[in-house]
Order: sequence, then structure tokens, then C-alpha cells
Amino acid sequence: MKPEGQVRIPSGCAIAAVISREGNRMSGKMIGEAMKPMHDRSNGLGGGFAGYGIYPEYRDFYALHFFYNERATRKNCEAFLKERFEIVQSEIIPTRKIGAITDEPIIWRYFVAPLRSAQASMQVDEKEFVARTVMKINTQMPGAYVFSSGKNMGAFKAVGFPEDVCEFYRLEEYEGYSWTAHGRYPTNTPGWWGGAHPFTLLDYSVVHNGEISSYDANRRFIEMFGYKCCLQTDTEVITYIMDYLLRIQKLTLEEAANVIAAPFWSTIGKMSGEQRQKLSYLRTVFSSLLITGPFSIVLGYEGGLMALNDRLKLRSMVVGEKDDKVFIASEEAAIRVMEPDAEHIWAPAGGEPVIVNVKEGAF
Amino acid sequence: MNQLDVKDLNHQQINEALRTLEGNCTLTNCCGQRFIAAGMSDREIDIYGVPGNALGAYLNGASITVHANAQDAVGDTMNAGTIVIHGDIGDAAGYAMRGGKIYVSGNAGYRAGIHMKQYEDKIPVMIIGGRAGSFLGEYQAGGIIIVLGLHSDGEKIVHNFPCTGMHGGKLILRGDCSDIEFPKQVRVRQAGEADMAQIRSYILEYGRLFGVDPERILDAPFTVVTPDSKNPYKQMYVAN
Repeated sequence: MKPEGQVRIPSGCAIAAVISREGNRMSGKMIGEAMKPMHDRSNGLGGGFAGYGIYPEYRDFYALHFFYNERATRKNCEAFLKERFEIVQSEIIPTRKIGAITDEPIIWRYFVAPLRSAQASMQVDEKEFVARTVMKINTQMPGAYVFSSGKNMGAFKAVGFPEDVCEFYRLEEYEGYSWTAHGRYPTNTPGWWGGAHPFTLLDYSVVHNGEISSYDANRRFIEMFGYKCCLQTDTEVITYIMDYLLRIQKLTLEEAANVIAAPFWSTIGKMSGEQRQKLSYLRTVFSSLLITGPFSIVLGYEGGLMALNDRLKLRSMVVGEKDDKVFIASEEAAIRVMEPDAEHIWAPAGGEPVIVNVKEGAF
Repeated sequence: MNQLDVKDLNHQQINEALRTLEGNCTLTNCCGQRFIAAGMSDREIDIYGVPGNALGAYLNGASITVHANAQDAVGDTMNAGTIVIHGDIGDAAGYAMRGGKIYVSGNAGYRAGIHMKQYEDKIPVMIIGGRAGSFLGEYQAGGIIIVLGLHSDGEKIVHNFPCTGMHGGKLILRGDCSDIEFPKQVRVRQAGEADMAQIRSYILEYGRLFGVDPERILDAPFTVVTPDSKNPYKQMYVAN
């Protein structure tokens, strides 16, 4: 094999997503199929999926998905978890042995409820309690890594091509009202299981195609608020930024999009009245959270999806619809695999968020 | 006419099959395979389904018709030939195109015609029937880009920042473009008789290909954008 620096694979990541506005549940098979025509956008060093609405029987419990390097680490970590949570279920995440996916870590999941006493002593709300616990494990317990921590949702990721990762995790056995997917072509870090997308915190998940140039500026800012970026990958920082803006600062999705993909000052200058005031305010207050460089992302959250391109639109993204479903992908071909008769195929402008919510009460 | 079902073929297999088959060919069940017909000459290829990125890259005389939307970088660095898209086209259409023609019935994504160029009698032409995204004709160095604005969704004929870095060639937009902001290094004027004579044949061809009455298209003012001097960016970065 040629060493790094002597081989170039011209490519880029792939993303895809689907959501049912009616909350109808779809098997994970469809989103796995959607990644096949975009195969050449990845290089086999990472693939992953997030499904929402997949654990209805445990909907009131946080689903923690873990990678462990060895059994002893798992035993230690479980002792720690029991100090903070009531664990109602603890199990191996079912996988299928396939030739394309090798060297897997121990892949485990727990359905948990925070212990009221532990939470009370930390003096934080439930979500903050879970988020801090995830950060603590990921930064202070070598060999243990939480890669999913939301309620009634889950991320599934591995080193491999996305269609193989779908088969490996038996995603055809899960049903969700929304799914996101990613095929990885890592540019700055070696591909490791934890570094595959989606990146998640609580019910937020991010799949990302691109390479942001503001990583360190963003990281320095966000780490002031208790987040720890442990993998040097830009998608991790985007996930924490979204959690900070939406959960902590309570911005709307549109406002958060206007922070990370803010319009140019020259564009804001042409606006008038309240809009101009608001966009100037967001750019000023959250200037360190402007994300520069190419990105197209899909943010998953409880009950919806948001797709967003960088303001210069340096990555492709198309959206289509059919009946209750909305499809998002790097390429139209992926949408056509999910729904050959998809309608209203369009490409959102740079910085223009596409927000799709499941109707109230249907998830 | 040869017919080839490409459902289970990858881009390499498709192009090998095309090179083996003599004469014209129809591809069916296309779904995202890249580089179709790259570098090909002297034949007609019809495509059903959505072809992948870099369709007709380095095209050297072949004629491609797509009966669907097309993805990104159609006609990347094409040298000669014709690409006809019965639908919309993705980002960076006609990227660094140096000859031939691209006809798009619908809208174009971002950066259509980025770095198109020309040399002596090699003058590439791209005609977009609907509207174009931001950075239309970015770094345009030659060739002709025509946008007709026949779309009906009420959006402007071109989104933000057209002609950024333009230093050659010509952009022609249907309409008076009073609502479009151009950079200060370009000259914007109403099309004259010579301009209209230059583009008339392309508009007639657009009408014929997509079944639109060309007189209806021509019955409107046109705006011409060209760089305002031979070296519009002098001293922008360094003295040159």
C-alpha cells in the first residue's frame, strides 16, 4: 500500500436523509440503498446512520450506544454508569458478520434513566446531566466511547462503506420516522469507528460533507462551555455548536442556521428593518460560531431534520418530496433510489436551511 | 440504435461498453454513474434516468441528450460537442468548458460556467432556460453564457454575486436586470443588434430542442455583461 501523501483518491463525502411528515416508520434498508449510487464519494473509512423513532418500547429512556476496546473497560464503565443511572436494559447491539467490516470493537447499548439523587447533587436538568456524563466518559475513560445518547433514536457507525455498515448493523430490522446517512472520505484524521458520522449528543445528530476551515476557532469557543472535542474532526464541533445554540441558548433552527452560515455583511447591508437588526445581532454575539469552509449537513433531532449548506455553497445538496416523505441527498441519484417518482427536486441556496418536522403528536 | 440497460453497471463498465459499441446508443436506468461519455467524439448518446457527476467531461464532439435532471459538473473541461439537458442542471455546469454547447431547459445550480474559456475559433456556449444560482460565470475567461429566465417561480434570473472575477467572454441575460447587482469590474449594457445576431441561432436551437416559441423568447430586452477592461483586477492582489 502506498503511504499517505503518495495516493490521492478524488472524492468527497456523501450524505442522505429521509423523513415522513406523517411520522410513518420506515425500515433502515431504504436509506442504506440510497447510499449505493454515491459509493465513489466515500473511500471505505467510515459509514454511519442515525434513526429516529427506532426504540418506541424504550421511548422514555436514554439509549446509550458504546464502543469499548475490551471487556475490562466495559465492566469499569458499567460500574460508573450505575452510580448515575438506573439501567433498564443492557445488551450487545446485534450485528452481522460480513467480510467488508472487520476489527470491530465491543459494541454495546444501554437504556437508562438518570438517578434523581445524582442529578440533584449536580444541580442540573436531566439533559445536561446526560450530556455531562457523555463528555466525562469520552474524555476521561480511555477505551470507552459513547457514540449515541438520545431518547428513541440511535446512531450506528463503523469503518467501512455505508451500504456495508447498514448490513453490518442489521438496519433493516429497525423502523424510524426519519433516517440520516453518511459515507466518509476522511481528510484530516485517520478513519476510526468513533470518527465516522453521525456525530451525536443527546437527540442531536449531524452528518456532514465538507471540511470546515474554522474548526479551531469554533472549538476554542465551544470548549469554554463544557464541551470537549476529543477527535479533532470538524463534524464533532458542529454537533456541539448545534447543541449549544439550540438547547442551551434556545435559538430557533433558523436562527442557529443564521449563526453558523451567516449571510455576508454585504448581504445583510442590503436588508432592512428587523431582519437586518436580527442578523447583525446574531453575527455579532456568536461571531466565533460562524462556520467557514465547505459544508453540507443534515441535523437530526427529535421530530425533525434540518439540511443546510455553507453560505458559498461549496458542496452539493438536493431535496425532493413524495407524498408524506421528504428526501435530502448529496446527489439526486440517491433520492431516485429511495423514490423513483420523487417530485419538486430542488437545490437549496447556500445558507438557506431546509427544515422538515413530523406533524405534532406523530412521533 | 444500440440500447444499453446500465442499471447494474458502474461508470467504468458503461464507458467500456460505449467504446465497444459502434454508432449511436441509448442508455436506460441510469442512476448516478459518473463520467459518462468522457472524452467521446462523433456519436449520439441518449440517457434515461439521472446521470452522475462530470457527465461528458472532456467531451470531444459527441452529442449527449439527458431526459431527466443532471447533477454537478456537466461538461467539465469539454472541448467540442453538444449536451442537452431536459430538466435542471446541478452546480458548476460547464466547469472550465473550452468548446461545444450545453443546452439546459430548466434551472442551473451554483457556479454555472465557472472558468469557461475560449481560444480563437473555440468558443463554448451554455444556454440556461430558467434561472441560475449564485456565482454565475465565476472567473469567466471566455465563451458565451446565456440565461433566458423562462422559469415561473418568481425568483430572480440569477442569485447573488454573478460574474465574480470575470475577465473574459460574455454573459447575456434576458430582461433589463435592474434588480441584479454586478461587481464593479464588469460593464453592463443593453444588448445591441450585433449581440442579438450573435445569439439568435442559439435561441432558435433552444426553441427547437425544448418546444418553446423562439419569438416569445426574443420578444424582450436582453442585457450583456462583459469585463470592463483587459485587466480588471489590476493590483487587487499584487501589481501585475
